[in-house]
Amino acid sequence: MTSITDPPRGSFRPSMLINDTRYRSYTFQAIAFVVLALSIGYLINNLFTNLAAQGLDIDFSFLGAPAGYDINQRLIEYTSQSTNLQAAFVGILNTLLVAFLACVTATIFGVLAGVLRLSNNWLVRKLMAIYVEIFRNIPVLIWVLIIFTIMIAVLPGPREFRGDDPSATMFLGISAFTNRGVYIPLPFFERGFGGGLDFLMVLAVLVGSFFGARAVNARATRIQEATGVRPATLLTNLGIWFGPLIVMFLVFGLRFEVPELKGFNFAGGIKVGGPLIAIWFALSIYTGAFIAENVRAGIQAVSKGQTEAAGALGIRPGRIMSLVVLPQALRVIIPPLISNYLNITKNSSLAILVGYADVTATLGGITLNQTGRAIECILLLMLFYLTISLLISAVINVYNNAIKLKER
Amino acid sequence: MKKTAFYGALAVAGLAASTASAATLDDVKARGVLNCGVTTGLVGFASPDANGVWNGFDVGVCRAVAAAVLGDSDAVEFVPTTGKTRFTALASGEIDVLARNTTWTFSRDVDLKFEFVGINYYDGQGFMVPRDLGVASAKDLDGATVCIQTGTTTELNLADFFRSNSISYEPVPIETNAEAQQQYIAGACDVYTTDASGLAATRASFENPGDHVLLPEIISKEPLGPLVRHGDNDWGDIVRWSLNALIAAEELGVTSANVEELGAAPTGNPEVNRLLGTEGELGAMLGLEADWAKSAIAAGGNYGELFEKNIGENTPIGLARGLNAQWTDGGLLYSPPFR
Repeated sequence: MTSITDPPRGSFRPSMLINDTRYRSYTFQAIAFVVLALSIGYLINNLFTNLAAQGLDIDFSFLGAPAGYDINQRLIEYTSQSTNLQAAFVGILNTLLVAFLACVTATIFGVLAGVLRLSNNWLVRKLMAIYVEIFRNIPVLIWVLIIFTIMIAVLPGPREFRGDDPSATMFLGISAFTNRGVYIPLPFFERGFGGGLDFLMVLAVLVGSFFGARAVNARATRIQEATGVRPATLLTNLGIWFGPLIVMFLVFGLRFEVPELKGFNFAGGIKVGGPLIAIWFALSIYTGAFIAENVRAGIQAVSKGQTEAAGALGIRPGRIMSLVVLPQALRVIIPPLISNYLNITKNSSLAILVGYADVTATLGGITLNQTGRAIECILLLMLFYLTISLLISAVINVYNNAIKLKER
Repeated sequence: MKKTAFYGALAVAGLAASTASAATLDDVKARGVLNCGVTTGLVGFASPDANGVWNGFDVGVCRAVAAAVLGDSDAVEFVPTTGKTRFTALASGEIDVLARNTTWTFSRDVDLKFEFVGINYYDGQGFMVPRDLGVASAKDLDGATVCIQTGTTTELNLADFFRSNSISYEPVPIETNAEAQQQYIAGACDVYTTDASGLAATRASFENPGDHVLLPEIISKEPLGPLVRHGDNDWGDIVRWSLNALIAAEELGVTSANVEELGAAPTGNPEVNRLLGTEGELGAMLGLEADWAKSAIAAGGNYGELFEKNIGENTPIGLARGLNAQWTDGGLLYSPPFR
């Protein structure tokens, strides 16, 4: 009787680290790791030696000192006596605001342009191609400057609204478009409980309406599945969305505060600053061009047979796009969309060009300058952008996992 | 890998710092060129002309130092810096001296580890408004939109001024003087604020300078002067005494026209002789040629000549000497003796 035995296991010899393919890769990885660690160590050591030689150190205590400067756009309470840390938070919120707004509008621009690029209409198709090629191939920095320059040159200054025969008038008498920003009426409740509470109330009503409308739709779907006929839900839904709101507006007395010229500027109403509009629009229109190409690629990745099959079933073209093609295309569109969103967030650091106080302008600009703590400020900035980018990736990855093809 | 990139960036900062060596004089001599940091362009103080040749009051200081050290007033590499980049450029050794109307403050001198070698212009922060705005005083500016050049002492002074007068304003931070001008002209801000000399220079470059007025308030002290890195006192001495030589030359009546003649042979005035190297060993003490100050003065003239040529009352900028007159004329310029 014979038995198969394992091949003889030779004892491990040091020369096998080079000669044996099983171990060779480990050897080289270990060497590479040590070299990398040593060079990083050398560079850090170099940094600290040189800092010490110049009598400098790494110290974050400046964050607690008063900032001493004012910021024009702030979402939280801030005065020139607030600390540098608070100034940094004002900047962080401004960065997040413009990044969020730009992501939303860039997606809208991108999806529209991407779908229209595949339109059967020659003119629309070519126009979208021109949009994509022009905006994609000129640096975003230039777009920011162009848009801002055009804005301050074309729109009138507040001064021009003054006098008996002003050269500029307010739009419909309620909104002013100036080169310092756009002023729109501010809604408020005459018999309300104050700004924040009123806002929360409206939000609560809207959330209630959302769930109400969802329940109505779910019921309609149940009936459709049982009987094959979908009951009309349009009027019910409109009632659910607007009914409670209108009642609420009547009860609390909805009024609008219209902006008016006072002193040097318009006062009252809501001001959307010119710098915010410029950087927001520039980022949206620029990144929208990239998203349009993603969308086009995603749609073209869906087999033509799908469209034809849906057409054979008698589905209208608009519904084929929204029910058949886009859901499948999303699987291709979402992953590159993440990098577009990351680009928007990082490109928002160009905001200082137009005087928008984002985190690069406050922490990495004025604070850095006034305190001279360059290394500390830049480290904090890197930490912030890294964190926020990883968070955006994580959130969209969750969404991507939800819509990706479930393979069983 | 993210972490690696992070340390990599740290390291780049470290490497940049390592290039700043102690003996700046030797570096400059070996290079044959002085690296001088100036503004990105402020007419009268530092701006390139149509041929790309830099001219101006601050440029004159750079040229004087280059002439004193290298004997050639054209051996200067002008490095344009913004309010934000200037200190990093100096600390990293990219430039040898910064002559960019920079205010001498405690924290810049002590905390940022720089050495201000003197004051070449006594300035203060002012406001410029369009004439048709009808504003007569900075205290009438409640609610105004103010353009500021960011990264300067002006934004702190401004915040203090408006807070102490309990009036509000809306700041618009701008990176460079050129962009600020553009916004101010387009009416995107009501007021432009910076050092009064800078305002005068900016106004001079407007199409209709008469349509804009400088408000009477000067809200701060802004002693502007050239600066060098801490830790190289020999180099600091050279720049300090080059500046003092220009100031002393005006006081002693030495001009670019007569410096050759006065420096050829000892004159009756011992201080002039020591300054121009015909008597004593002052040049050798600095590690320079005996005629170092003669070259510095010959480069663009003495302080008064530089002032009149670049920013004086006969130029479009039209600044009066004011505080910047010699102490003998009631000003603040007072060079220590050459002895």
